[in-house]
Amino acid sequence: MSKGRFGIHGGQYIPETLMNAVLELEEAYNHYKNDPEFNRELTELLNEYAGRPSRLYYAAHMTEDLGGAKIYLKREDLNHTGAHKINNVLGQVLLAKKMGKTRVIAETGAGQHGVATATAAALMGMECEVFMGKEDTERQALNVYKMRLLGAKVHAVTSGTATLKDAVSETMREWTNRISDTHYVLGSVMGPHPFPTIVRDFQAVISKEIKEQMLEKEGRLPDVVLACVGGGSNAIGTFYNFIEDKDVRLIGCEAAGRGVNTAETAATIATGHLGIFHGMKSYFCQDEYGQIAPVYSISAGLDYPGVGPEHAHLYDIGRAEYVPVTDDEAVDAFEYLSRTEGIIPAIESAHAVAYAKKIAPTLGKDKIMVVTISGRGDKDCAAIARYRGEDIHE
Amino acid sequence: MNKRITEAFANGKAFIPFLTCGDPSLEITEQLVYAMEEAGADLIELGIPFSDPTAEGPVIQEANVRALAGGVTTDKVFAMVEKIRKNTKIPMVFMTYANVVFSYGTERFIKRAAEAGMDGLILPDVPFEEKEEFDVVCKQYGLDLISLIAPTSHERIAMIAKEAEGFVYCVSSLGVTGMRTNITTDIGAMVKLVKAQKDIPCAVGFGISTPEQAKKMADQSDGAIVGSAIVKLCGAYGKDCVPKVKDYVKEMKDAIRGLE
Repeated sequence: MSKGRFGIHGGQYIPETLMNAVLELEEAYNHYKNDPEFNRELTELLNEYAGRPSRLYYAAHMTEDLGGAKIYLKREDLNHTGAHKINNVLGQVLLAKKMGKTRVIAETGAGQHGVATATAAALMGMECEVFMGKEDTERQALNVYKMRLLGAKVHAVTSGTATLKDAVSETMREWTNRISDTHYVLGSVMGPHPFPTIVRDFQAVISKEIKEQMLEKEGRLPDVVLACVGGGSNAIGTFYNFIEDKDVRLIGCEAAGRGVNTAETAATIATGHLGIFHGMKSYFCQDEYGQIAPVYSISAGLDYPGVGPEHAHLYDIGRAEYVPVTDDEAVDAFEYLSRTEGIIPAIESAHAVAYAKKIAPTLGKDKIMVVTISGRGDKDCAAIARYRGEDIHE
Repeated sequence: MNKRITEAFANGKAFIPFLTCGDPSLEITEQLVYAMEEAGADLIELGIPFSDPTAEGPVIQEANVRALAGGVTTDKVFAMVEKIRKNTKIPMVFMTYANVVFSYGTERFIKRAAEAGMDGLILPDVPFEEKEEFDVVCKQYGLDLISLIAPTSHERIAMIAKEAEGFVYCVSSLGVTGMRTNITTDIGAMVKLVKAQKDIPCAVGFGISTPEQAKKMADQSDGAIVGSAIVKLCGAYGKDCVPKVKDYVKEMKDAIRGLE
């Protein structure tokens, strides 16, 4: 059996051309993850540049309004570049630099990971190229401009459905084309080993901080932690340090789009089947012949037909729960958090807020819930306005 | 080793054309197989279309899209192969992606392929480390799971060659499938590393489109594989592509005929 397994999931299903590249990456990562100098540099970048630790904010109004569990928000939206993506990107670009790479490539959906990668590349003096579905370059024109402003080259991907999955495919193709000086900064806990492990380790800072902050504020662990799941990087970061704490409920909120009973959904665990794609064995939205489904969600960042292998495993063993949240529910939550707490969440994060809203009243006032706000919602304002019938443009 | 695949390399250098099944239609794919055999093809690679073929360049990606849009399914491809096998003994291997096999049920797929008359299977997204779950079943049903080596494989070649079956697919260049002006990899050196481990035929693919390239590649190996150049003809001429492809295959086979 190959390396990088989470139960039956994971593995390295990639062309032979890339095998030495992932082996080299694994070797470098295993070396640097225990290297004090690497960790010192990374911690300094996370703290001084990205603004960590992020706040664990007690949402008093939301708690009072919902009348149940005490709600805390983990404010990844306050990080530099406005999302949790920077945690992973600073780690990977620093690692790439240590490996002697001079160029980074990345896929992006909504553009958050692309902007974060372009940012880290600008900071560390690396060449950067980002692949983004053509449809997404149109939906997220501002992020395209930001990446270019930061010195990156943005490629609009026209193959397939011209969205996130095609951006991943195209970035993989580009990596097979140019390997020796190039590192692929994968943006989520997916793809071939060692990416799901590397990205999880770099995102695990989220749950490490939640744990410390919660013990400081409440003197105990939370009862429930929630995060949105596309590929699943902010969710695994939110869950990871609680996996061994069996009394902490872990809930991942998937994008159900127009509903899990429609074809216009991206809720992989609710509607997908076991498969092999993008380097990993996991659950995927696909037809009976294994053709990958053209998924849909209002959230470009969750608009992906698969889920990271560690989530698939946490689901299999019943350690984490995964629930679908529709566009309508997410948009309601987007507006709700803006009004009650003065925090405009990313539409991705609003999926977690929506489910928190749903279950908080069912839990006692003695319960504590943490919701990770994975990113800020500036990028989504125009789209949500249009969803509500108001024609504004950036 | 599958007997028909061994025979494909028994009479000089092999010419191995690739087709995307169902582009433009499964009926034309069937006619193309017969035409290519007449033109001198030694082994035929049949691509089962996949929605997201990550190892393919634009030409074959588009053929996959066309074939799927035309309603091609794995079951329809099996039915076509069954029909073809009644009319010809030419060695045939499937080229597709892991999920097409896995989602059908790995054993169910391989059993069905063997019964339909296929001789081997190429899965470009299944490297040495992941091959076991497919290879065990292939061996059980007499199909060769074809191993690939790439210009980046270096010290991995020995490990891969030792367990290779049928023939070794030598990927000529970095990147995805598609026509290239120049192939700069030292193919001869790669082939030598394979042969040091195992006496198995080596065929070179990725980037070959001209008779000169085929000659140069076959000269350093046991055969040349051509995909995009043929698929491009299928795309350009649609249902009228059969004579065009036949002429092309003949020209390519003639270029490598008689090489030592």
